[in-house]
Amino acid sequence: MHLEYFHLIDRIADLRTEQRSITVEAQVPQESTIFEGHFPGHPLMPGVLLIESMAQASGWLLIALTRFERMPFLAAVKEAKMRTFVTPGELLTIEAAVVHEGSGFTITEAKVSVGGKTKCNATLTFRQVPFPNDDLRGHMETMAKRIGFPQQMFAHG
Amino acid sequence: MSSTFDRVATIIAETCDIPRDTITPESHAIDDLGIDSLDFLDIAFAIDKAFGIKLPLEKWTQEVNDGKATTEQYFVLKNLSARIDELVAAKDA
Repeated sequence: MHLEYFHLIDRIADLRTEQRSITVEAQVPQESTIFEGHFPGHPLMPGVLLIESMAQASGWLLIALTRFERMPFLAAVKEAKMRTFVTPGELLTIEAAVVHEGSGFTITEAKVSVGGKTKCNATLTFRQVPFPNDDLRGHMETMAKRIGFPQQMFAHG
Repeated sequence: MSSTFDRVATIIAETCDIPRDTITPESHAIDDLGIDSLDFLDIAFAIDKAFGIKLPLEKWTQEVNDGKATTEQYFVLKNLSARIDELVAAKDA
């Protein structure tokens, strides 16, 4: 997890395209300037970043399902629940699954757990559009390789 | 069984918190009811589920952007209901 670059996902642990679901891992760093402010003497992973981690896990799933043809952009967050604190150094397991594929949009349900205990969950809506430019697509492909995105999922890989 | 329009109007009322009695077959979802594109995704989701179809929003938007169709054809509710009936019929065919 590189918080300063908003790279929250470290590894794709399991990608199940037939079930339209994914499991990824994300290691919360021990130290970050974010924890200096959130909160002094009581460092916590911000809820918005946990939501973002669920969005990124969902996003990799949607990129896999469209075989790198479309970029998902977070459009709505519903029923987000921060159940217990996430603290520095914890290893997050993030699961996401498609619950509805519409025309140009997809809805997922995602949850973050640590050691089998659910920390937070949400229902997320994404708009999916063609990659706006080659730079972004190239960046996403580089990121995909770094986190173990299956090579066969690259449309032109 | 209630008409397609009635079901759509109920979905819109519940999804967007719009008084049901202000929604008529002549209402334009965008121009009259003020529904924006993000809220319309919620409506599309509910319609997709309720009718077991997939509203082709991308195709419609492209046709409007290309000048091949008007928003009235798809977003005036009596017309939207007719499109839904067509999609249901096509699914059942």
